Amino acid sequence: MTFKEIKNILKTKKVGIAGAGGLGSNCAVALARVGVGTLIVADFDVLSEDNLNRQYYFLDQVGKKKVVMLAENIQNINPDVKVIACDVTLTEENIPVLFRDCDVIVEAFDRADQKKVLLETVISCMPDKKLVAGVGVAGWGHNETIRFRKTGNIIICGDENTEVGPDMPPMAPRVGIVANMEANAVMEILLADECVS
Amino acid sequence: MNIILNNNQESFEGDRLTVNEILKAKKFSFKMLVIRINGKLVKKDEYDTAIVNDGDKLDVIHLVSGG
Repeated sequence: MTFKEIKNILKTKKVGIAGAGGLGSNCAVALARVGVGTLIVADFDVLSEDNLNRQYYFLDQVGKKKVVMLAENIQNINPDVKVIACDVTLTEENIPVLFRDCDVIVEAFDRADQKKVLLETVISCMPDKKLVAGVGVAGWGHNETIRFRKTGNIIICGDENTEVGPDMPPMAPRVGIVANMEANAVMEILLADECVS
Repeated sequence: MNIILNNNQESFEGDRLTVNEILKAKKFSFKMLVIRINGKLVKKDEYDTAIVNDGDKLDVIHLVSGG
């Protein structure tokens, strides 16, 4: 497929992104660059300076709402992408409503307990929806441990092991790899859908 | 009994085991798990009662913070 053909398919697609931090901001930007038509991005957080070690934002955006700034950054990269910025805390009640029409959902949270809520909600309330999750991104090096596996409607990217901690911070290279793996998995799903139909 | 655990064939002693018995046998000590038996979600408060039978497909996803 040529990039023109790819763009023509992707512009009709809608992707939900749960979290606009390291995974979410980088994954959203990758999907925007290839021309995914609509991105629904949900996050309640405000940008802090220490987020800049990995998240797709700029120094003059510190103190502002991440979803609003992400929409602005994407606008500057590809104005054809419609970003629906949702300044909300995702819960088991609003996840099925917010992401109902999405072709794929991306799990891009920081905390394991939030990841669990999203995975469990999608498994129990939206069992036919594909969910791409990022699990195990902390630290540096160890490219060989980063992997990809599918289990039912869940696709997992990451080393599934390394947890953030004081001596194991999340940083741009490894978080960026997994965020882009998530975007790559989303593209595969969106383009495969099209080949079948 | 034989089950499919995370897409791999695995054998366990006994005909039916609870989710917790399997987690113990596998020495899984992770805190934040998402578990499915044959695609159906098993919540944490059901790990002691939910039964895995011969031939079942068990998925265990271990979640860690970072993103």
